[in-house]
Amino acid sequence: MHVIVSPVPGVPLYEQIVEQIRQQIMAGELAAGTPLPSLRALAGELRVSLITTTRAYNDLAAEGLIVNVPGKGSFVAQIDPEEARRHCLDRARAEFRQIVERTRHIGLVSLEELTVMLAQEWER
Amino acid sequence: MNTTEHVVETVGLVKRRGDFTLGPLDLRVPRGFVTGMVGANGSGKTTTLRTLLGLVRADAGRIAMPPIGEVGVVFDQPFVLPYWRVRDAAAAYAASRPGWDQDWFDRLCRRFRLGANERVNKLSRGQGNKLMTALAMGNHPDLLILDEPTSGLDPAARADLVDLLREHMRRQEASLLFSTHITSDLEHFADYLVFVDGGQVVYSGAVDELIEEFAYIQGALTDLTAENKPLIRGLRRGQHNFDGIIRTADTAGFGPGVQIETPTIERVVVHHVRPRDEEP
Repeated sequence: MHVIVSPVPGVPLYEQIVEQIRQQIMAGELAAGTPLPSLRALAGELRVSLITTTRAYNDLAAEGLIVNVPGKGSFVAQIDPEEARRHCLDRARAEFRQIVERTRHIGLVSLEELTVMLAQEWER
Repeated sequence: MNTTEHVVETVGLVKRRGDFTLGPLDLRVPRGFVTGMVGANGSGKTTTLRTLLGLVRADAGRIAMPPIGEVGVVFDQPFVLPYWRVRDAAAAYAASRPGWDQDWFDRLCRRFRLGANERVNKLSRGQGNKLMTALAMGNHPDLLILDEPTSGLDPAARADLVDLLREHMRRQEASLLFSTHITSDLEHFADYLVFVDGGQVVYSGAVDELIEEFAYIQGALTDLTAENKPLIRGLRRGQHNFDGIIRTADTAGFGPGVQIETPTIERVVVHHVRPRDEEP
């Protein structure tokens, strides 16, 4: 597991941790059953507070990506590919919605332009 | 394993010293986390810690905490003799503290560059504080209490000392309570905060919640009204602009012209201890 956090304004540290671990689980780099570092070890390693790592692991567990076993630690969960796909789509839709909300009412940018932009980003 | 939620708890704790009265304090230090105590010099931080440890006797109130032998303590005055070498200090601690872990202490010394043969009185202030902290950690106390461990240290030595404290926190069940007036020590380290001012607790809770509960506000003087002015703590007026701290819940009391952002711990503390308003 590789996680690096940096104090970027607007992106809470726990979200940075969640995002990176999520990516690695989704991409199959972290296999089901892989033990994660303890909350305390990860906090020491990343120089963040315990509450930050606790919140990150709780969010990952709520998404079903990891399992917290009391007294044993946290492990990568068995991911159902269909469910992972659905989560991925849900998140993409939420972000698209934000982009549309921020651009449509201004009326300076067309759907076609946004579609072209999306295709360009996809190919990058 | 102890299952109570708080490693230290006080109810109605009072300590009088001349004109100064600490408390009554209802203090709770969550078990298993890092709690930082902040406040200006003379706000009551050291008196609180000394009273908890029984170094001074409380005038009223109840204190629940682990037996004193199971608490690691670092105060400003070191308990080691100046002509000792680092290893003599370790031997003295090893003899008096049950559960002393020499391997662990040696590892800490290697990692934090404390030589066993160095004379205690030749150590820099930063190295001295690290030694006292490592000694207090040497028997893996569940609770470590430190008074101003980073005061008088340069930024590199402060970062080093916080890293040493992080080693303590790697153990399951470990709790830490420390006072500081350098709020940057708390960022990304402390989970909970106790903010004292004038012998009273102003805020006690999770650091994240402090930052959510308060907001840093900036605006033009023309944005101030008779209604919203009292909502601002530590209102600071410039020629055209003002800034201060408000409760996030009071955001609606201000017009669209003001800028509101997440505060640092430092901003909250600084504006809190300022007078409520200073008319020019």
